Amino acid sequence: MTQVGDVVAERIFRINRELLKAYANASGDQNPIHQDEIFAKSVGLPDVIAHGMLTMALVAKFVTDWAGGSSAVKEFSGRFVKPVIVPAGKEVDLTVSAVISEVSNGRVRMDISATSAGVKVLGMSKALVEEK
Amino acid sequence: MLNPDSVGRTFTGAEFVSVTQSQIEEFARVVGETDLSVAPPTFSIRITLAQSQELLSNPDVGLDWTRLVHGDQKFEIHRPIVAGDQLKCSSTIENYKVAAGNEIVTVRSDLHSESELVVSTWSTLVVRA
Repeated sequence: MTQVGDVVAERIFRINRELLKAYANASGDQNPIHQDEIFAKSVGLPDVIAHGMLTMALVAKFVTDWAGGSSAVKEFSGRFVKPVIVPAGKEVDLTVSAVISEVSNGRVRMDISATSAGVKVLGMSKALVEEK
Repeated sequence: MLNPDSVGRTFTGAEFVSVTQSQIEEFARVVGETDLSVAPPTFSIRITLAQSQELLSNPDVGLDWTRLVHGDQKFEIHRPIVAGDQLKCSSTIENYKVAAGNEIVTVRSDLHSESELVVSTWSTLVVRA
């Protein structure tokens, strides 16, 4: 039985340039700030950054694994507070955890935390899912 | 600058967007999702990003897509998207403000299958000064 205050165990996703390329193709978002270091730096970014929506897609995977499938997810939101920086030839972490903040009418709300390299990258992230 | 008259206006796509199994699988593979029977929760961005950009690139709207940063994103999923869906996108500028010279625009995009509302999304976009 899920209760308010329950912690959903932390999980670490790995992000590299290959994943950004794959996400660009899957999502149709070919913005060069997610693939081209020279371009990213020319617009004032420290390096190539991950698509905010890739971060959310991975966080959604964390949610669906807990909830038992994609069909369980009713609401999902987040604010892009800092970019996930992805240097060439490196893998960076996306570390995700959550706390159950509400349980009612067969639905569960999760307050989600997501960091990369110790920096909070997603703020105010919440998911509403059907209880297993 | 955004034309203030465009706030509250809804722009609806002329064409349906068809969802295929291979699109769902490609998106699922990126995040390691093994349930391929429905689209992952954020799959709809694949449709709404391009559609809203096209719908709101109307010169009357005045939104500068080249300088946009994605501020936040919300999904309300009424049912999962599945292969074979024929979805029509309608996008509305729900809110607009200027803060510290940046334009902050909230775009709502709804995906309908005929009269059924499948997914609603809200994107806050920041046009940097």
